[in-house]
Amino acid sequence: MRRARLLSSVLAWARRSGAALRRLAGKSGAALRRLAGGSGAASRRLWASRGVAGVWLRSAATWSARRLAAVLAAVRTAIGSLAGSRPGRALLRGPLGRAVAGATAPVRRIWRRSLQFRVVSITLVLSAVLVGAFGWLMASTITQGLLEAKVSTARKQVVKGGEYAADQLKGVTQSNDPALLTTIPAVVAQLANSPEEGGREVVMLSVDDSLRLNQQASDPAAYSLLRAPELAGLRRLVGNDGQVAYQLVTADPDRGGKRPWLVLGTRVDSYGQPLELYYLFPLDDEVTAADLVRTTVIVTGAALVALLALVAALVTGLVVRPVRLAARTAQRLSAGMLEQRMLVRGEDDLAQLATSFNQMAASLQRHIERLEEMSRLQRRFTSDVSHELRTPLTTVRMAADLIFGGRAAFDPAVARSAELLQTELDRFEDLLTDLLEISRFDAGFAMLDAEPTDLVPTVRRVVEALTPLAVRAGSVLDLWVPVMPMIAEVDGRRVERILRNLVGNAVEHGEGRPVQVTLASNPTSVAITVRDHGVGLRPGEEKLVFNRFWRADPSRARQTGGTGLGLSISLEDARLHGGWLESWGEPGQGAVFRLTLPVRTGDQVVASPLPLVPDAVVPDAVVPDDGGPGRSNAPGDGGRR
Amino acid sequence: MVDDDPALAEMLGIVLRSEGFLPSFVADGERALAAFREARPDIVLLDLMLPGMSGIDVCRAIRAESGLPIVMLTAKIDTVDVVLGLESGADDYVVKPFKPKELVARMRARLRRGEDVAPELLTVGPTGNQITIDVPAHTVTRDGVEVKLTPLEFDLLVALGRKPRQVFTREVLLEQVWGYRHAADTRLVNVHVQRLRAKIEPDPERPEIVLTVRGVGYKAGMG
Repeated sequence: MRRARLLSSVLAWARRSGAALRRLAGKSGAALRRLAGGSGAASRRLWASRGVAGVWLRSAATWSARRLAAVLAAVRTAIGSLAGSRPGRALLRGPLGRAVAGATAPVRRIWRRSLQFRVVSITLVLSAVLVGAFGWLMASTITQGLLEAKVSTARKQVVKGGEYAADQLKGVTQSNDPALLTTIPAVVAQLANSPEEGGREVVMLSVDDSLRLNQQASDPAAYSLLRAPELAGLRRLVGNDGQVAYQLVTADPDRGGKRPWLVLGTRVDSYGQPLELYYLFPLDDEVTAADLVRTTVIVTGAALVALLALVAALVTGLVVRPVRLAARTAQRLSAGMLEQRMLVRGEDDLAQLATSFNQMAASLQRHIERLEEMSRLQRRFTSDVSHELRTPLTTVRMAADLIFGGRAAFDPAVARSAELLQTELDRFEDLLTDLLEISRFDAGFAMLDAEPTDLVPTVRRVVEALTPLAVRAGSVLDLWVPVMPMIAEVDGRRVERILRNLVGNAVEHGEGRPVQVTLASNPTSVAITVRDHGVGLRPGEEKLVFNRFWRADPSRARQTGGTGLGLSISLEDARLHGGWLESWGEPGQGAVFRLTLPVRTGDQVVASPLPLVPDAVVPDAVVPDDGGPGRSNAPGDGGRR
Repeated sequence: MVDDDPALAEMLGIVLRSEGFLPSFVADGERALAAFREARPDIVLLDLMLPGMSGIDVCRAIRAESGLPIVMLTAKIDTVDVVLGLESGADDYVVKPFKPKELVARMRARLRRGEDVAPELLTVGPTGNQITIDVPAHTVTRDGVEVKLTPLEFDLLVALGRKPRQVFTREVLLEQVWGYRHAADTRLVNVHVQRLRAKIEPDPERPEIVLTVRGVGYKAGMG
């Protein structure tokens, strides 16, 4: 799409530029004719037929414009035909387009990346266009002036020469007067050798070409040029209409090489026979002058453009350098080098930028350091609280143990109290441990202690440890593990904790039905799913299961008395590994919890080797996609430990 | 027993005495070393957080003088703290709040030694880099020169050396050497293997006697 639009805009541009150039060329030609022409309309007509005539002098002004227009037209036609034909379009979009794109890729990259490059190129292009236009205007004006002067001098000479010839031929009254044979060569020789201007050629002809003399031209080549078809138009104007007219030709009337000449003619009326007198002026001086003008314009224009580009480069460099410096400093800052500052020089806008930047950096540094300090304090506090709480708890624990051990000797109420004390102390301990663990995650200093671990024995161990609980709940734990070792870089302690939580939950909410634990892997990740067939999860509870202290049904009696933090901690543990912990559930269909961990520490999980939604589920269930880390897709079942 | 909390110390005293131990108590780290020299205990229980000298420093000082079992009592379960404690020379650690039975079991496991008296001489390590273990005498020699090991390090080496070529998982080692029933913290094994290597390997960075089997555990290197 984009390429097609580009193509059409290029075409339109080419069309416009071509037309503009043609207009310009036409205008300059018209101006020249008005100034130089004899009696307007006729000479304009002559100019209209200048197709065959050389246009050397005018070319100084119009050559480049017309040439450019021609090139543009050619390019336009080429592109147009390419774009018009279907294979052509395919070629433009396909291999050709790709080749062009490939070749220009480095330039486009610099264009995108460097402001300086962009500014310099834009300056270069715009100044080149401007300077080109001015130069062209200047050159064409000067050239026109030169030609104008030449034509006006030449006209005077021709008119004078015509009068002189008419004067000489006064005596001739008949067309076959033998005096003609002597007078005309004399007149031609006289006019050709007149000292007014050197190098010109003179030709005299009869209008009907009946005159054949040895010396009716100063040079035979000039005579044959006048009789050539390319000057027929001029001769008609002069001979038939009696005007003073001129034409420009590229010819070689004096055998000095082909070059531009000005041919100017007038009619000499004699009694015997109408004659035409032509002067041929070599335009050597004018061409030299025009060339000089053109060279000067091109050289100075190019120098000016280069200078402008240089200035643009310098100026943008002045602005861009501090900006680049700021970018580099910002990069260093973001990489953690908080001491980095910019050098402030002067009081200009850039110095202000540097000052503001430094202020920002200082403020950032202050904040980061304060946060680091707070994190350190928090960590210290957690550690201290942990210690301060744990020591008395240890004493209470031991005392309770002692009392519990001797409860047989107490009366029933005290004995029961000892039992309650014991079980509630267990809960208190669990809660304290979980709270400290969560606060460690919140403070952001939970660390992954990963090493290559075979997950098969890990899963087996957890299942074995929880089998007594499952037996009490009446559930069967089905274990599906591969025969081969499944080694992944994980923190074994954390993975075991996650699995204990998941399997414990499944048993607690499994309603005595079997619980399946499945382990599988792909080249980049390992996954463990825990499936129960209990009450399942209601819609909308999918995110809630991982919330702290969340319980599905507050009215429901607590069975095992979990802390309510188990799944939150498990989710944090999974995230710490760069893995996912997700859940799925349907009312009455049970629930699935899936843990997916990357095989290598630091990798991200892209796909899980196990499905989250079990195959056997009725298809009206909304099938969740494989979400990102920690995304839980399904309603949760009852209160989670 | 080095702990600054008098209630805990008293309670521990009650529990330990009921289990047949004869505990003596020190409340701060600075006096711990003197008390240790005076009482000549069979096992040291050491709190990590102590006024005066920190538990880590006390542990290091005791370890410099003796290879007797040291069990750390700690409320910190962060890896850094645990590893630091173990690296300073503790053989085992118990996290507060612990159950009294658990502590006693650990202590007994550390004290259970010298029971196997059958003469047994083990050789481990590749040819040219072998060490000899005299199990009843509790000595390890390399080229006739004795290498000083703590009893725990010795037990670890014997466990590996008795079944060369067999790979021991960390859990199995925990059970055999430390006496854990259920898997606990495998960092214990890692730290002690590092310490053992530092003593018996010519180049601990490239171990030849105690080898790591990636993803599984450790085994003894053979010729």
